[in-house]
Amino acid sequence: MLTLTCPCCGLEAAEIELAPGGEAHLVRFGPGSSDAEFEDYLFNRQAAKGPVLERWRHAYGCGKWFLAARDSVTMEVYGTYSARLPQPPEEVLTRIRARHPGWQVPA
Amino acid sequence: MSTRLAKGGRFVDRSSKIRFTFDGVSMNAHPGDTLASALLANDRLLVGRSFKYHRPRGVVASGAEEPNALVGLGTGPRFEPNQRATTTELFDGLTAESQNRWPSLEQDVGAVNAALSRFLPAGFYYKTFLWPRAFWKHLYEPVIRRAAGLGKAPHPESRDSDSYEHFHAHVDVLVVGGGVAGLLAAKVAAEAGAQVLLIEQSAHWGGRAPVDGGTIDGMTPEAWVEQTLAELDALPNLRRVARCMGAAVQDHGYVLGYERLTDHAPGTIGPRHRLWRIRAGQIITATGAIERPLSFAGNDVPGVMLASAMRDYVVNYGVTPGQKVVLVTNNDDGYRTALALHEAGVDVVRVLDARPMGGGKLMEQLREQGIRVDPGRAIAKVSGGKRVATVHSCLADGEGNVLEDIACDAVAMSGGWSPVVHLWSHCGGKLRWDEAGAFFRPDPERPPTGADGLPMVIPAGAANGELTLRNALEDAVIAGKNAALKVGREVGEIVAPFGEEVAEAALMPLWIVPTKATPDLRMKAFLDYQNDVKVADLQLAAREGYESVEHAKRYTTLGMATDQGKLSNINGLAVLSDTLGEAIPQVGTTTFRPPYTPISFGAITGEARGELFQPLRRTPMDAWHDANGAEWEPVGHWRRPYCYRRPGESTEMAVNREILATRQSLGLLDASTLGKIVVKGPDAGKFLDMLYTNMMSTLPVGKCRYGLMCSENGFLMDDGVVVRLAEDTWLCHTTTGGADHIHAHMEDWLQCEWFDWRVYTANITEQYAQVAVVGPEARILLEKLGGMDVSKEALPFMTWAEGTLGGFPARVFRISFSGELSYEVAVPAHLGREFWGRLLELGAEWDVTPYGTEALHVMRAEKGFIMIGDETDGTVIPQDLNLGWAISKKKEDFLGKRAQARVNMADPKRWKLVGLETSDGGVLPTGALAIAPGKNANGQRNTQGRVTSSYFSPTLGRGIAMALVLDGPQRMGEELTFTTDDYDPADESKTTLRATIVSPVLYDPEGARNDV
Amino acid sequence: MSETSYEPVTPLLGAISEGALSVRDAGPTGMIAVRGDLTDPGFTGPVSALAGCALPGVWRASGHGGRELLWMAPDELLLLMPYGEPRLAAPTLQAEFDRQGVHALVHDVSDMRVRLIVEGTHMREALARLTPADVSPAALPPGSLRRTRIAQVAAALRIVSEEQAEVLCFRSVADYAFRLLGGAARNAPDFEYF
Repeated sequence: MLTLTCPCCGLEAAEIELAPGGEAHLVRFGPGSSDAEFEDYLFNRQAAKGPVLERWRHAYGCGKWFLAARDSVTMEVYGTYSARLPQPPEEVLTRIRARHPGWQVPA
Repeated sequence: MSTRLAKGGRFVDRSSKIRFTFDGVSMNAHPGDTLASALLANDRLLVGRSFKYHRPRGVVASGAEEPNALVGLGTGPRFEPNQRATTTELFDGLTAESQNRWPSLEQDVGAVNAALSRFLPAGFYYKTFLWPRAFWKHLYEPVIRRAAGLGKAPHPESRDSDSYEHFHAHVDVLVVGGGVAGLLAAKVAAEAGAQVLLIEQSAHWGGRAPVDGGTIDGMTPEAWVEQTLAELDALPNLRRVARCMGAAVQDHGYVLGYERLTDHAPGTIGPRHRLWRIRAGQIITATGAIERPLSFAGNDVPGVMLASAMRDYVVNYGVTPGQKVVLVTNNDDGYRTALALHEAGVDVVRVLDARPMGGGKLMEQLREQGIRVDPGRAIAKVSGGKRVATVHSCLADGEGNVLEDIACDAVAMSGGWSPVVHLWSHCGGKLRWDEAGAFFRPDPERPPTGADGLPMVIPAGAANGELTLRNALEDAVIAGKNAALKVGREVGEIVAPFGEEVAEAALMPLWIVPTKATPDLRMKAFLDYQNDVKVADLQLAAREGYESVEHAKRYTTLGMATDQGKLSNINGLAVLSDTLGEAIPQVGTTTFRPPYTPISFGAITGEARGELFQPLRRTPMDAWHDANGAEWEPVGHWRRPYCYRRPGESTEMAVNREILATRQSLGLLDASTLGKIVVKGPDAGKFLDMLYTNMMSTLPVGKCRYGLMCSENGFLMDDGVVVRLAEDTWLCHTTTGGADHIHAHMEDWLQCEWFDWRVYTANITEQYAQVAVVGPEARILLEKLGGMDVSKEALPFMTWAEGTLGGFPARVFRISFSGELSYEVAVPAHLGREFWGRLLELGAEWDVTPYGTEALHVMRAEKGFIMIGDETDGTVIPQDLNLGWAISKKKEDFLGKRAQARVNMADPKRWKLVGLETSDGGVLPTGALAIAPGKNANGQRNTQGRVTSSYFSPTLGRGIAMALVLDGPQRMGEELTFTTDDYDPADESKTTLRATIVSPVLYDPEGARNDV
Repeated sequence: MSETSYEPVTPLLGAISEGALSVRDAGPTGMIAVRGDLTDPGFTGPVSALAGCALPGVWRASGHGGRELLWMAPDELLLLMPYGEPRLAAPTLQAEFDRQGVHALVHDVSDMRVRLIVEGTHMREALARLTPADVSPAALPPGSLRRTRIAQVAAALRIVSEEQAEVLCFRSVADYAFRLLGGAARNAPDFEYF
């Protein structure tokens, strides 16, 4: 059972206090987008083995959404950060790359 | 015979006697006994029958690893099957019964399986019962279920009369195991300042050391343990819990501890078991090691026992399983048992040491006592039925030709030790093969890691493969120091206590006894006692191609019994690797899965049983409903009245009465469960325009509008009335089940996508009690309450007003889900019960009738209103439900708009909503399919629609339904054929119903009743 | 007919579970939810003024004597006061924000939650049976607050003193929460961990 530190309120929350929200950093495509763009936005997910960037909500706490960089194999948490950021902050990337040299945020 | 010795037994209180019964026979024991030691003291060697062959079985071990001695404990609501006699602490009045036998343990009919064992090889079930299929259901399964299986389940009507609880603990360091290594590691970590929790599965501290001997800093292990416990108890930051097993190690330092509080003392106040849900910074596993059996023919005859277990019974309980004992060993530790037996006055008739040169100093000590040791010898076979009678000795490295028959009544076997690596392995820790000790031990290079990516489990002592007292103590100090350092404590120089014991000669790995045993001997050499897996079975599996250890395990069921292969795994692996001609580390191990030993369902459940099984959400009027005949319907976690039955009424009668009364006069519905979310801010209108398919920003203050919400993939997810409270404030009503997830959905978009929009939301669902006042007399009732103008002019349809109604602060919404004149009135929840009462009191003159959810459903269906979850199922778009009018054409964007432009969404062949009237007036089953000519590729009837809601309408006097039908709206008046619940394609005339497509709005299509 | 002829009732009707550890319904309490920018004095000023106390720190409570402020989220406070007062106070506060052009949401939520008081020496042990949150004195000293869950429902735990805690939960599950806490208080009442 995971623990994640909510970056919005600082609490270390147990998994049963959190609600998962799937892959982070999706770019929304609305009316006017092509079928391919829209399907990519709606359906295609990385589901990577290794570092993953995820959305979580501190549902049984402050109620805020945040993002987490986590390893889907080792469960290591590289960091949690604001849901407003377009990509992981540098210190999180550094921690990921310490384990996975050269790792890039998936396009 | 198996008996109590004249003296000895450090756990038992010989000055006092207690009584217990086994299979109805009353026996004596002492406080401190386990059920196993007490049975042995009473010469009960035979304690159970094996799973598959029903072979007679006796106690093999002395702890959690016991595979055979499983019994049913207790009676009535406290009956529990499959309890290990070796870990059951005896108390006065305990009742136990043997399992897996019929009619009795001594005379077991199922033992015929044993005679047929030649025909029950590995994979027997897979091979034999494939054909003919019908035989499985009627013959094989019932017979097997009776003959096999462990214990019997408690009576289905009985309810466990004990209580259970969970307890959450957050600690720096958790130490699992209270042997000398665990005690020492805990002491080191706690003295460095860490918060330490130390748990031990048994009732005793010190583990095996007091039995195995040696000295610690010159003291006996027992004295050292006593001194250390006193030191630990003086530390305020250390807590120790006995009878608490480390059951599971999971991600991020989450550990389950299973504490048995009252099993040994029934009648004690308080919970029986406590499940510790521990979050630890570091976990030290000081879980010790388990001795391995040796695989010789007849190694399951009652009286054959692990050497260490026999030593435990002698030293701890003053019990010996036999008077004339043969020891067979491949290592020096076995000699300790021979010495202990000899010292206790038991005749050790022979030691068979498989090593060509025998053992070291311990062997010399034994020989000095005049006991004969035969090096290079082993056991060809043990004979005896329900008790050991003869050991047939042979050359250890031979085929099993008998050299000598040795009369005896018990056999101690020692195959070396395996560290208990389960907890290390649960969360990904890997193992390495230790050539010298012939065991798997934790690989320090590949530990389980925690949230920080760093190691979170530290093995200590024997669990880490350090089997000598001296090394175990040194290892424990290192473990304690490391744990303290990792949780941020400073640690100075610490000198480990000095452990001293007799030096041992090397072990000789021995997996099949004798090494070239003939097939008939291998057929009788058991690896897994509980599942009756023999050496020959594993070899057969390997020959048949089950080369992967995980496949061989499943094929033979090796290690799949309730003991999870604690005794059998390594021996099984070794036999497999030997057969495959590969080294053991190449064959690898199977996966260790939690729990370490079975834990009770009660502990897992904790408080969540009976009325606390799950939360029950009650509205402010709940007590009134309950007292007035409510038949409850669960809606999410809420309970809502389905209808209110009067004396003598059936459910159907009550529903019909409620509908007619409401349509004719006045009905009341508790609508408090509807979700209510306030949305406020300068960008609130823009936000709601994105959220709903229709336009909400243009809704004038004071008005209400029905709105639809879709997910990004275009499917309808919720609906409800949206109210504009003020220039920048809206109130969104959601469905009963929708409040929480719609609020979360709103916050998701506001926090993650449009975080620069200035909008706040608040889920105020529970702030209000809401009552729908419905029917032709609705207005007059509100007028009688007084305080607000609710006239047609002041409060027209789809408007709202705030004021004081009959003295209650109220919001009144003129909205209708029934087609009748209707007001929904919201009052503060704490006043809800009172307000409801007032409505009933004042409404009496119009025979005011509370109605439930079924009347609500029927009335909305009569009006053709959709219900989320009935007409929608996550694949339905608003256009399917002819709700195109509620989809804004003007808006550039809203959630779901792009998806609704996808090809499949615009397909004219999508099934569309229609109404149905049954041709004979009956009621269609919900979910009935409209059948179409021809068959599909799978040979099934084609379909052209399905019923989404179906009811008997008392208003119309016939069955009505809503359905999604191919080209439905263009087929008005057409009659379709629908399946019934017992639909049979071969007999369609009797198993179908006919219904005609009509408009979904069946009642008051002009809306005249509402327009008053 | 005047409004005062009606008595507000909590779902538990003032229930008490007695024992070494007692659990009781604190009765109707005035509560106002306020959402806004906690760093904006234009928002915090009027809230502080109404509560008569300073703003609480993160996951803390401030105030006393029945007028208190609880930190509920980075943009949300819960104001406690005598029942009935919010009916006027909430719209007044909202109106003040609206007038000043301060983006904020104020709502009377007095009836939405219930307050349960858990009192006794082993108060923390009772809570630890039900919540995954660390309720040790180091993690949750008096004056602190944590929103988490008890068993299967959301709850806010507020530590008042070493012997007293308050549990806030939604009204609809008041009965469930009361039975949970009562059970946790009765089970092994002398079990001491903290």
